[in-house]
Formats: sequence, C-alpha cells, structure tokens
Amino acid sequence: MKVIREFEDRVNTECLTGAIPGFTHLYSGQEAVAVGACEQLSDDDFIISTHRGHGHCIAKGCDVVGMMKELHARRDGLNGGKGGSMHIADIAKGMLGANGIVGAGSPIALGAAIACKLRGEGKVAASFVGDGASNQGTVFEAMNMAVVLKAPKVFIFENNGYSEHTGSSYGIGCDDVVKRIEGFGIPVFQADGFDFFSVYDAMAKALEVARHGGGPSAIYCTTIRYFGHFVGDPQLYRAKGEVEQYRDESCCLKNFRARMQASGELDLASLDAIDNEVGALIERAVNEARNAPRPQPEDLLKNVYDNY
Amino acid sequence: MTKKTMREAINEALHQEMARDPSVIVIGEDVSGGAGGSSGQRDVAGGVFGLTKGLLPKFGEHRVIDTPISESAIVGAANGAALAGLRPVAEIMFSDFIGVCFDQILNQAAKFRYMFNGAKAPLVIRMTVGAGRSAAAQHSQSVHSLLTSIPGIKVVMPSNAYDAKGLLLQAIRDNDPVMFLEHKMLYNDACEVPDGDYTIPFGEGVLVREGEHATVVATGQFVKLAVAVVDKLAEEGIRCDLIDPRTTSPLDEELILESVRETGRLVVIDESSPRCGLAADIAALAARKAFFSLRAPVVTVTPPHTPVPFAPELEREYLPDAARIEQAIRSVLAP
Ligand SMILES: Cc1ncc(C[n+]2csc(CCOP(=O)(O)OP(=O)(O)O)c2C)c(N)n1
Repeated sequence: MKVIREFEDRVNTECLTGAIPGFTHLYSGQEAVAVGACEQLSDDDFIISTHRGHGHCIAKGCDVVGMMKELHARRDGLNGGKGGSMHIADIAKGMLGANGIVGAGSPIALGAAIACKLRGEGKVAASFVGDGASNQGTVFEAMNMAVVLKAPKVFIFENNGYSEHTGSSYGIGCDDVVKRIEGFGIPVFQADGFDFFSVYDAMAKALEVARHGGGPSAIYCTTIRYFGHFVGDPQLYRAKGEVEQYRDESCCLKNFRARMQASGELDLASLDAIDNEVGALIERAVNEARNAPRPQPEDLLKNVYDNY
Repeated sequence: MTKKTMREAINEALHQEMARDPSVIVIGEDVSGGAGGSSGQRDVAGGVFGLTKGLLPKFGEHRVIDTPISESAIVGAANGAALAGLRPVAEIMFSDFIGVCFDQILNQAAKFRYMFNGAKAPLVIRMTVGAGRSAAAQHSQSVHSLLTSIPGIKVVMPSNAYDAKGLLLQAIRDNDPVMFLEHKMLYNDACEVPDGDYTIPFGEGVLVREGEHATVVATGQFVKLAVAVVDKLAEEGIRCDLIDPRTTSPLDEELILESVRETGRLVVIDESSPRCGLAADIAALAARKAFFSLRAPVVTVTPPHTPVPFAPELEREYLPDAARIEQAIRSVLAP
C-alpha cells in the first residue's frame, strides 16, 4: 500500500513537471482494495485492471522500476514505451493490463477464468470494475456469462464515488449496486475499501467460492480517490475539504498502522523502516526512469505482428 | 467577425442551433459534468474537452443529458430519438470508444433510411480523433476511413474553426446520420468565424492554395501542416493546389479530379492507416478517373500500418511531418 501511495505521489509530480507524457489517472486512496485482493492471489491467477491501473499492477507484483520507466515512455519500460499509464501489463505476473476502454476488462477476465477452469488447477481471474464502469453493457454481459459458465471469476467493484466528473449517485440508477449484482445470480461480499483486512477477508470468501467450483462471485467496496480523475483535473464537482477530510479520517495506510500497532504484530520502528525502504525504491525508480534510453524509430514497427 | 478557436466555434454552433431548434438535444458522458458531485455544481466540465460547456444552464436537463458510461446506449438512444423526431447530438469523447457502440452505427443508424423506406435519422455523433498527445493506442486513433466505408452515414472532418461551425450547423440540420470528427490537436487553433448563422454543404471541398505543379490533398490536422509546406515550396516557384475535402463522405471527387487533370501529379496526406484508408481511396480515384492525366505515380503520406504508440518520439515518428510531406511533393515532381 505504501509503495502504491509513494509511487502515485511521485507520478503526480512527474506528470506536472512534464516528465511523464499523456493522460494519467492516479489510484491514491484506494490502495487497500488492490492490495487486499491481490495479496490472496499468486502469479498464476489473473487480474485485469482499469484505466486507473498502477495500484493493481503494483499489488499484483509488477516491477515498480519497469512501471516507472514505462510511464516515462522509455524503451526498457514494462511495455517498451508503447503502452504508457493506461496500458501497463505484465502477462507473466498474471496482470492482463490496465485498459483504456471502460468496462472492457470484465469479459477478458472471464476468458482467463475459462482458461483457469479448463486447466483445473484451481486458479482464478479477477477484474476490477469502477462504479462508472459497472454501467457498461460489457460488464453486464460478462456477469451473466460467468454465471452461465460457472467461471472461477471474481468481479471486484470499487466505488470511489465518481466516474470522471459525475457522482456515482447520479450515474447508477438503482440505490443498491449489490442487489443489481446479486440479480445476476452472483454472491456479493461487501468490504470496507479503506481497510486492507476487510478486503482481504472478502477476497478469501470469494476465492473459496471460485476454487471449489462455485463459479463467479463479487466483492463490493466503497473507497475514495484522493486526486482528480486525471492529473490536472481541477475537481470543481467536489465539495471543498472533501478530500482532506478523507485523507484525515479514512486513510487505509493510517488504518493499517493503527491496527498493526494495536495488535502488536509490527511496531512503529519496523513500520517506519518499511516506509523508508519504499521511499528509497521510488527514488531509485524515478532516477532510473529518467536516465533510461528512449525508444528508437525502429521500435515503431515492432510487435505489430508475430513476424514484425 | 472575431477570431475564435475551434473549441469556441463548435460550442457556439451548439448554442445557436439549440436556441433555434427546440428538437435539438445533446447527450453523452459528462456533457455538463458534475451531476451528483458533492459540490453540487453542474456544468463544471462541459465535456472532457469543454465543447458543450454552458449548454446545461441555458437549455436545462431535458435537452442536455449527462449519461452513465454506456456508449452503446448513448448512440442507441440517439438513434431512437432521431427516429422519434428529435435531432440528437451525441458525444463519444474519444472516437476509439465507438468500438463499444459500433453496432448502433454500422447496423442501425447507417441503415434506417435504406431498410425503412426512406425513414429519416437526423443525428450527429461528435467525437475526438487523432494522435499527437501521447494518449496511446486506445485514445489516439483516426477512425474516419472506417466510418467512410459505411454506406448511409456521412463523415465530416473540419480542419479549422470556420469550417467547424458551418459544418456542424449543417450536420445538425442534415437528415442523415453524421459522424462529426474533431481533431484534438486543432481545438485551440483560431481563425475568423462569423457570429451569425451559416452552413457549409457536405461534399464541397475547398481549394486552400492554388498552383499548377502538383495537387496536394490533406485532411484534418494535416491541412495546417500542408499549408506551411506548400507555402514554403511556393517561394522556390513550386506551386501546388492544396485541397481540403472537409467531408470524406460524401467526397468532393470533382474538385480533386479537376485539379489532378491539370497538374498531373497527386500527393495525399492523411492520418488513417495506409491499408484501405482514405489516402488509398483518393489515390484509386485518381487512377480510375484521371489515369491519362497522371504524369507520376500517386504518393500517399500516412502513418505506417501500426497502432498508435505512447512514447512521444515514436508518436512523432508515426505521424507524417513537414519533412515527409515536402519530400513526397518533391518526389512526384521529379522527372
Ligand atoms: C468505453 C469508454 N468510455 C469512456 C471512457 C472515458 N473514461 C475514462 S475513465 C472514465 C470514468 C470511469 O469511472 P469509474 O469506472 O467509476 O472509475 P474511476 O475513474 O472512478 O476509477 C471514463 C468515462 C473510456 N475510457 N472508455
């Protein structure tokens, strides 16, 4: 969670200084969802992400330095500098990509779940779905088909209150998304998106269903995004102080620290040591990214097809 | 007249036409932007690029409709509203997203008139197209060739603010489905734009520069670049006709052919892919209908057959630039 938080904070400044080109959407505030869910998965399980994908990538174990290089559009970035923020992927880690098309991930993850079922090794696929994305037809179709095929698929719904500039209370017509998901015949485990353990436990229940032939299930979390929709969004649609209040009162990292200390599992000094390590990692990632080679003209026509 | 950016010109056209015709509605994601937000403010975005700003306060929620993220339903609803007598202007933020709603364009809107004995479907779908902002492969495509190949829909590609306003007013009044393609790199470009009402008919290209040595056809963001190159060559005494077709369906074939018959040399610059694209289409037109006038092989300048890359240097490599355009013109002139 700390790696994601630091990564995103640095990406924000790197975008604002112009070192990172293109459109970038930050995940800060939502870390507990990605990490809570992915901590239950192995490299052989699949996830697919959204346009807000850095957090999911990091949680699934993608190389942070490679990601930072990719965002800086470098030749040895995770996608060779051709994908950028919205398309970061690492198939070897079971990370089937951030996705620039809202809702596109759900049916793709369904296909991965079908592959898992066929191989019979008890693996699963999960897709992350925003509140806005939950209104796309592709997501509805994937939910129904997953039920029909009893696919080992977990739909992770992350409601951060907004889709772009529109509040989810406007964009979602029913009062209860959970009922809507259940309407497809999918059991839903609700979790507190500010609390790592809550998501972690919900994911355990979902996997229990999936790994034992029970078909799809869903996790529904409420959370918040700290930054605007994209870097540079002035956020006039949000009340003043909303974000600050959440940062103060509902920070998943603060929650985690408090819980660790209370339970005595990790003391303050060890937590600080982790934070320092993370700080050094991100610093190194940025330095390496800035100094990494840029793509060459001949890279333009690489990976269009198998043979070129 | 006043100078206006293409963004302002399009916004003005929408304001004026909604005021003139109560059957015009605007529908799309965040077209006002801010619905359901905690600040209670509406109309904060006016579309992601600010093109529909100010419409909601003026025309109200019944006519300026923010939607959930559901492109298939947005275009489908525009289709239905058009059949029911409205003149919807739907917005698909990035033309790449037509992938999600292509059935509603390809199988529905495009065919109503033909299948339903002349039924009218007067709708416009506005969308942003094009590369140049490092937005990578799913937010940078030029889809005009794809759309132009579909019978039953019209495709408009304004290259400046003046044309954008006149073409959009025509698009909304037109009785066919019109795809209105706005290049992201042109929104801040300004030129003189009349405050009042005017329309530009479809299928009428414009001769941007006149000259007898070669014909250059350019579309969208490349018109500007082609002007610079053509003007530079003019200083050397190489004079070119520069044609902006403005609409790709219908296409002003006559304007292009007349010019080619005079110059005998043709260069086509376009942002869609080289295979089955607009440049290939116009080259084939010249081969079919002006073959005996041609004094050199037609040259096309397009991106290569690849998705759009993310890295800025690769994106620059991908897009035609002034040097490639100049080289192409010189090559058709070579003896
Ligand atoms: C098919 C498609 N439509 C629209 C967009 C533009 N868009 C990108 S993100 C976004 C909002 C997504 O909201 P949500 O699913 O709630 O995720 P969040 O941004 O809140 O993480 C929109 C409309 C897109 N990328 N793809």
